[in-house]
Amino acid sequence: MVVRELELDLDAFEGPFDLLLTLVLREELDLAEIDVAGIVVAFVERLAERETLDLEACGEFLVLVAALLELKARSLFPEEEAELADLGPDEAAEELARRLAEYRRMKEAAAWLSMRLGETRDRFFRLGPAPLAPRPERKLAPQEAALLAEALRALAVEPPQVSLAHMALRFPPVALFVERFRSLLSRRRVFDFDSEIDGMSRVEIAVAFLALLELRKQGEIAIRQAEPFAPIRIARADVERSLSWNVRSA
Amino acid sequence: MERPLRLIAANPLDSLARVIEALLVVATAPLTTEELCEAADESPERVETALGLLGERHREGRSGIVLEKVAGGWAFRASQEAAAACARMFERPVQRGLSQAALETLAIVAYLGPVSRPEIARIRGVAADSAVAGLLERGLIAEAGRADGVGGAVRYRTTPLFERVFGLESLSQLPRLDDLGGDAEHIRGRLTAVAEKRTA
Repeated sequence: MVVRELELDLDAFEGPFDLLLTLVLREELDLAEIDVAGIVVAFVERLAERETLDLEACGEFLVLVAALLELKARSLFPEEEAELADLGPDEAAEELARRLAEYRRMKEAAAWLSMRLGETRDRFFRLGPAPLAPRPERKLAPQEAALLAEALRALAVEPPQVSLAHMALRFPPVALFVERFRSLLSRRRVFDFDSEIDGMSRVEIAVAFLALLELRKQGEIAIRQAEPFAPIRIARADVERSLSWNVRSA
Repeated sequence: MERPLRLIAANPLDSLARVIEALLVVATAPLTTEELCEAADESPERVETALGLLGERHREGRSGIVLEKVAGGWAFRASQEAAAACARMFERPVQRGLSQAALETLAIVAYLGPVSRPEIARIRGVAADSAVAGLLERGLIAEAGRADGVGGAVRYRTTPLFERVFGLESLSQLPRLDDLGGDAEHIRGRLTAVAEKRTA
C-alpha cells in the first residue's frame, strides 16, 4: 500500500495524496481549506480493506499527515513565522525535496546498518567497562600559605544571625470577626466590606476576609463584587435570596 | 635437545607476541597500537610485526580466539565456529532489538555526528528523544559537547563500541552516502511528474 497514491475525494481537492502535497508545497492550494480529517478517514478506510496491517505505510502516513498539520497550523497562525514560509513556493518545494532526500539517505544508511548487524551475528566478543588506568596526578599551582589562611579565615566567620522577627506575627482569631459580622448583619441587611476594615492592619484585613469566607461557607451571607477591586458587598443570605427571587419573578 | 629451546628463546618477537596476547586477553575494549607499544615498552614496528604473528596464530579455522582490527584498535573475539555455542551461553544486550527508529537515529549520528537531538528530529521528522536515550543506554552513542551559542543543545557521536558491534575498523568504513542512492533530483522529479500528469 503506497501512501502517496492514496486517492482522496475532499471538498477542496480530488486526486492522489502525492499531488495534494505537491500543490500545497507550491502554494497552489490553500492548506487552510483542506480537511485533514478527511484525508485520515480516507486512509483508515483503505487500511480497513486490507487484512494485514501495513505498519510501514502507517508510519509514513503519520509522518506526512503530521507535517501537513504542522504546515496548516502555521498557515492558520501567520504571525508564527515558519522556516518554510520565508521561502518562495519553488524554494519551499526544493527545501522539502532536499529534506526528503536527506531522510531517505539516512533510511538507507539505517538499512545498511541493519544488514551489517545481521552479518555480524556470529561475532562474539568480550565487553566490559574501561579498565582502571592510573590517573595522572593533578598538580596544584604553588600557593602562599598566608593567603590560604586568610581565605580560610574569611570562610570560617560565623554567619550573621537570621532575624526571626516576622515569625512573631499575632493573628486575631477568625471567630472574633465572624461574631462581629454576625452582629452587624443582625442590625443591617447589607454592608460594605471596605468600610468595615477601614484603618485595620494588613493581617487584620486578611483575617477579616477569612471570616467572610467562613460565613459564606456556612451559608449565612452572600458576597457580591461587581468587578475585580470593586467594593465587596455583603448581604444576609435570606435578603439575597428574596432579592433574586424578586428579580426573577419580575 | 637444547636447540629448539634456544630457538624460541632467541626469537624476541615471539616473546613480544605473547605479551601482546596477554594484554589483549585482559583488555575489555580494543587496544590501539600506541597503547600496546606503551604497555609493552616496544617500538610500533616491532609491535606491528608481533601483531602479524599473533594474527596468523589466532585466525578462523586455526583458533577458537580470533584477532581482529576493530574500532581503531586490536581485540580478540570468538571464532565463528563457536558462535552457536556462544549464543547459547551469552546475551548480546547491545545488539538485541534495535528498532527501526534507533537504527535511523544511529545512522544519522554515525554519518553527521556530532549532531544534536533537534537536528536528528529535523531529519527524521519526529522527536528523537527516546531513540537517543536508548542508544545512550546501550553505549552506542555518547555526548560530545554542545552546539555553539548560549544554551546550545547537547550533541552526540558514536562510540568505539558502535564500531566494534558493527565490526568496523573506523567510521571511514561506513559506505559513502552517495553509494546508497537516493537523491533530491529523483524525488523532485517524481513530485512534479505526478503534478504535470494531473494538470495536463
